[in-house]
Amino acid sequence: MPLAKDLKKVLVIGSGPIVIGQAAEFDYAGTQACKALRAAGLNVVLINSNPATIMTDKAMADEIYIEPLTLDVVKRVIIKEKPDGILSTLGGQTGLNLSMQLAKEGFLDEHGVRLLGADVDTIDMAEDRQSFKDAMRAIGEPTIPSKVVESTKDAIDFAERIGYPVIVRPAFTLGGTGGGIANNAEELDHIATRGLRLSPIHQVLIERGIAGWKEIEFEVMRDGKGNVITVCSMENFDPVGIHTGDSIVVAPCQTLSDKEYQMLRTSALKIISTLGVEGGCNCQFALDPENFNYAVIEVNPRVSRSSALASKATGYPIAKMASLIAVGFSLDEIVNDITGKTTACFEPVIDYIVVKFPRWPFDKFVYAQRTLGTQMKATGEIMAIGNSFEHAMMKAVRSIELGFDTLSVDKYRMASDAEIMEAMARKDDERCFVVYEALYRGMSIDDINQTTMIDHWFLDKLRHVAVIEHDLTEKGLNAERLHVARELGFLDSTIARLTGYDYDKETCKIVLPEGFEDEFNDAPYASYKMVDTCAGEFKAETPYFYSTRDRENEAELFLEEHHDDKKKVLVFGSGPIRIGQGIEFDYCSVHCAWALRELGYEAIIINNNPETVSTDFDTSDRLYFEPLTAEDVRAVVETENPIGAIVQFGGQTAIKLTQHLQEIKVPIIGTDPTYIDAAEDRERFDEVLEACGIPRPKGDTVFTAEEALDVANRLGYPVLLRPSYVLGGQNMIIAHNDDDVREYMGIITSHEITNPVLVDKYLMGKEVEVDAICDGTDYLIPGIMEHIEKAGVHSGDSISVYPPQTLDDEVKATIVDYTGKLARALHVIGLVNIQYVVYDGQVYVIEVNPRSSRTVPYISKVTDIPMVDLATRIMMGETLADMGYASGLHPSKDHVAVKVPVFSFSKLEDVDTQLGPEMKSTGEVLGVATNFGDAVYKGLVAAGNDMARKGGVLITVRDRDKAEACAIAKRFHDMGFVVYATAGTAKALHDFGVPAHMVRRISEAKPNIGDLLENREVHYVISTSATGRQPHRDSVRMRRKTVESSISLITALDTARALLGCLESERTLAEIPLIDLNTI
Amino acid sequence: MSYFKNDKRAYILLADGTVYEGYHFGVEGTTFGEVVFTTGMTGYLEVLTDPSYCGQIVLQTYPLIGNYGVNAADMESEKSWVAGYIVKEWCEEPSNFRNAGTINDFLVSQNVVGIWGVDTRALTRRIREYGTVGGCITTENVYDKKDELLAAIKAHRVVQPVKAVTCSEKGWYYTRENRANHVALMDYGYKHNILYKLLEFGCNVTVMPADSDINDIRRLNPDGIMLSNGPGDPMDNPELIENIKDFIDYGKPIFGICLGHQLLAIARGAKTVKLKYGHRGLNQPVKDLDRDRVYITSQNHGYAVVSDSLPEGAGRVTHVNVNDGTCEGIDYPDIHAFTVQFHPEASAGPNDTGYLFEKFCDLMERGQQGCL
Repeated sequence: MPLAKDLKKVLVIGSGPIVIGQAAEFDYAGTQACKALRAAGLNVVLINSNPATIMTDKAMADEIYIEPLTLDVVKRVIIKEKPDGILSTLGGQTGLNLSMQLAKEGFLDEHGVRLLGADVDTIDMAEDRQSFKDAMRAIGEPTIPSKVVESTKDAIDFAERIGYPVIVRPAFTLGGTGGGIANNAEELDHIATRGLRLSPIHQVLIERGIAGWKEIEFEVMRDGKGNVITVCSMENFDPVGIHTGDSIVVAPCQTLSDKEYQMLRTSALKIISTLGVEGGCNCQFALDPENFNYAVIEVNPRVSRSSALASKATGYPIAKMASLIAVGFSLDEIVNDITGKTTACFEPVIDYIVVKFPRWPFDKFVYAQRTLGTQMKATGEIMAIGNSFEHAMMKAVRSIELGFDTLSVDKYRMASDAEIMEAMARKDDERCFVVYEALYRGMSIDDINQTTMIDHWFLDKLRHVAVIEHDLTEKGLNAERLHVARELGFLDSTIARLTGYDYDKETCKIVLPEGFEDEFNDAPYASYKMVDTCAGEFKAETPYFYSTRDRENEAELFLEEHHDDKKKVLVFGSGPIRIGQGIEFDYCSVHCAWALRELGYEAIIINNNPETVSTDFDTSDRLYFEPLTAEDVRAVVETENPIGAIVQFGGQTAIKLTQHLQEIKVPIIGTDPTYIDAAEDRERFDEVLEACGIPRPKGDTVFTAEEALDVANRLGYPVLLRPSYVLGGQNMIIAHNDDDVREYMGIITSHEITNPVLVDKYLMGKEVEVDAICDGTDYLIPGIMEHIEKAGVHSGDSISVYPPQTLDDEVKATIVDYTGKLARALHVIGLVNIQYVVYDGQVYVIEVNPRSSRTVPYISKVTDIPMVDLATRIMMGETLADMGYASGLHPSKDHVAVKVPVFSFSKLEDVDTQLGPEMKSTGEVLGVATNFGDAVYKGLVAAGNDMARKGGVLITVRDRDKAEACAIAKRFHDMGFVVYATAGTAKALHDFGVPAHMVRRISEAKPNIGDLLENREVHYVISTSATGRQPHRDSVRMRRKTVESSISLITALDTARALLGCLESERTLAEIPLIDLNTI
Repeated sequence: MSYFKNDKRAYILLADGTVYEGYHFGVEGTTFGEVVFTTGMTGYLEVLTDPSYCGQIVLQTYPLIGNYGVNAADMESEKSWVAGYIVKEWCEEPSNFRNAGTINDFLVSQNVVGIWGVDTRALTRRIREYGTVGGCITTENVYDKKDELLAAIKAHRVVQPVKAVTCSEKGWYYTRENRANHVALMDYGYKHNILYKLLEFGCNVTVMPADSDINDIRRLNPDGIMLSNGPGDPMDNPELIENIKDFIDYGKPIFGICLGHQLLAIARGAKTVKLKYGHRGLNQPVKDLDRDRVYITSQNHGYAVVSDSLPEGAGRVTHVNVNDGTCEGIDYPDIHAFTVQFHPEASAGPNDTGYLFEKFCDLMERGQQGCL
């Protein structure tokens, strides 16, 4: 079955902003889909509100709408573009839900649009818990005793019947939002109530707990002819009960005999055949470790995070195949890209093991509840490939970038055995490290298994690593231990650290005494093996490699065979998606690789994030799936011998490698490292500013609490405290008094600090941000961005407006002038991001980052200046003038683009939602329109605000915000809103003349704010508080309740004013024209 | 690597003199055979006990072998038949509820020389590039005795391995079905799961020694004949092929698998060819031309029937390998026979082509009713 003849134009729905449970994997999937469909000759229309993605790039689709992903907007796009089909299975749950609604309303039929990749009944069968169970029963596939309920009482009745513990799963929510495990009626009451509220159809599933069963996943595919294949099997390190997105996962399955494996494989194929899925499907099973009993837990009839992982784990491009199948091709008609000869209709086999390790945001959200359960909490993940579990696991701990090079964690090394046993019983993000500690001290595997129910196999493999680490530490180095440690994946730097030997930073090798027997002495740092889908059975052309300690270096052989004279350049990815370092950096790395290839260089990417476009093997000339540490990079350098490395695009992950690269004599292409350092080093930076005559808020660097207090008092409160060399405002606070400073320094100095803490006078002015491209002489500013929130809210959490709406020409001219001066003074070759604050008409520099920033993708898109491409070409020797660009500020476009941050607060219990200098958002959306008002409106809708124009508003603010809050409250009141407020705020409002209903605090007697929120009597909550963070505080609990009740929460008064502006205007979303990005 | 396992050196020597180093497991000694690789990620015990591997040194491309231990129920015959075993890593602490011992213990009990710690991917790539090759595994210092060993590799022959693996006496197996078909299962080195599948599909089965002739079959008066899988070059078995010609004349439905498929094709005038490095694994895509569907199959063969060599009218190719287009199945409607190159009985491997057993049973039923 070739391409369906009735298809000429296809609409692809993206997944929107990055939130926990729906992350970069859908950029990878969407990008593959768009590329595949266009290659098949189709006209592709794309809608996605996320501007940071590759998929919303001009070249990816014929028409691109960065518009809110609401039903009405999608309908308008369909009416305007008249597509023949709509691809529903590549845009995560968001894309799927929208498609289903369109189909069910009859809208698609009415407009002659075919639903591709799924049919409504299939999706309903898989998504609706009861129909899913019925369907499974009909084909004889076992499920877990469960019942769909619509009330908490029914939930408890059913649980009493089947017995606790029970698992609560809300219907139709992302990443299992709102689910949990209840051990008794009280817990169930709490969890079920929340789940019912979060489920858009107010249903939750109550299910018997099957603790200790293995969790197994199969990624399967089916085409229209009925051909079915398994792409990959996966086994979770953690038994069932922890969301697979929060589990360490290995591929393929390790502890299943062929009988068990085939039993589940057959089941998965039966399910996909019965459901009639045409495309990819993920089947999750629970398998009793003591017999052949199993149960189907969940089926996702679409491309998912697991399918992204399976694609990278095997090399089999699931999203591409799913897209081609959706438009009519059958698997046996599609060529396997990897071999170029065989077809896509086969089952990949691998000759290595893959470990996926989640990356959680708990380093940022120190007060968040770290317990893991059925609700996913990880923001990202990494994948590591090795030819033993130990080797892959060691790579994994390095790749998550928490500063570990083994699984040892100091605080657990210090703990007593009893504390370890206790910690092991907790299912949290650190359990794997606790288990490792238990193994390190020689606790029995049976005991650990009893407590954690983690399979013996995993424990025994981890034990190997622990034993070697223990012996290196306690018994010292000998030839045998050196050999074994390296085979298990220890770095030389780690071995040196554990044994007290010296480590040579230039060679990246441990310094061994004369005569020490070293079997690897003459061996390469690493022998690379190819990921080829077929375990070497066929010759493959995929330039996709991972390192081993084996003998034959396939990458070297590959290079010999494909020898050409092209120069090679290393490009770094940015590792796992985390708060502060998101998909934007992947966008930059990918564009850099593309630009290099266009310029005739070979781009070599090193990265370890399986969710991204940068780790698609056809993005670069060669992909090394490796941790981003000095030694791992050193090994790649030895094989590739590049002319240099580009560190500007991989976020802080890549910047951190700069010094190591210099040590191993790899030239840094772009801004000279000494100037990168000048921007980060306080004193050197001050010199630069002085030379340029540019003011900055006064400040100083400190190492101790005393110094900090001294400086703070000299500058006068409030002051901004932050460590140098950070991204995403990690550990940054605004201190208003000595206590704040003491608390902060206490936390900071509890870790060893190598870089000083910066203390700056905090200027509460307008924040302005600029990304510029500089060739050392000329500089180009594609656009200036103005933040709606005042300085103090992290730039990544601010609403950002291009072009600026409130800056006068003089200020703009100053900003352009300063930018040029700084770019030249720092000899920027490539990109630079500068943040300014405008205070009392004066422009001050806050910080300069000589690298790409998270605003680069969106500014590139709305200004039509391919910033990364230009920067790359400059780094490779061209000038702005060569490329036809004048120096200075590029003329503004007629359009206004408003970037609005998106948060994942509802998934992270106990995290305070108050915005501040520390970044908290996980993603962003963009509103593009012909004027500011329309653009903000779109942005706010895209970010999930319902924009109600009547109803209730709750206002509760700290004292210094009361005056401003009164004016805001008045505007709400004038629009007819009922205003609610807590005592202090209510009094202020009354005095101001705004009638307000006083409500009791959440800790006070009922009815209180909690009831107000639960009953959804308010549409907006405006809340600011002097200090927060600690979960038990009233203000924090109230804000939690707000986000958990899915009510719009505003924690900055500037945001409130922007919102009010939209509400007061007459405009509705339907009246705001759609904008095709390709026509800007 | 004595930290966790035996670190006694062992070596692989190939006919061209290439040496791969590793460590020894199983028993010590020197063993000769053709070196082949299999890509299955599960089913190592099934590989070891599949009589089709008789005389071969088998390499597992999947690096972690022995994870779930060994157990008698998963054995495809009474014993291991491989001449030697090559893995990247074997698991000393297997984990599975059916685990009854490590793979090392099993190899020792079966007197098999094994080697681990080998760059298995490098060796696999070599076999892929240069084809299946003779070689040896030895726990002696290969460099000291290289010439001697090379001469031995060159001289090494496996002659008529079917004779080595077949049973000496008939075996009877009964199902509880009422209207059971009776199948004569010709044991050229059959995998137990062929028998189990036939029983599962309601057949009574008599396992016949490979050299059983038409008189033996007549005495049995079966409803159908199953020609099993087995080791070696099909052309090595002229007597068996002559017998099969008689079976054809006998007129009962015939179902052939793997070697059985090749032998019947030769009996009908076709030729076979040795593949460069064979098909061994659990992921081989095969297209059923009649159904226009691709099925994932389990395979283990070094020879294939040459599709074009089938005389006009003798049979019709029904299945082809999607990867390389080789013949995977033939229908012989005139003699109520059909054969496949792959293993529909699976074990190890996918069960996707179990429908072929149903087809065989249908044929036999029609035969019973006189409607063939």
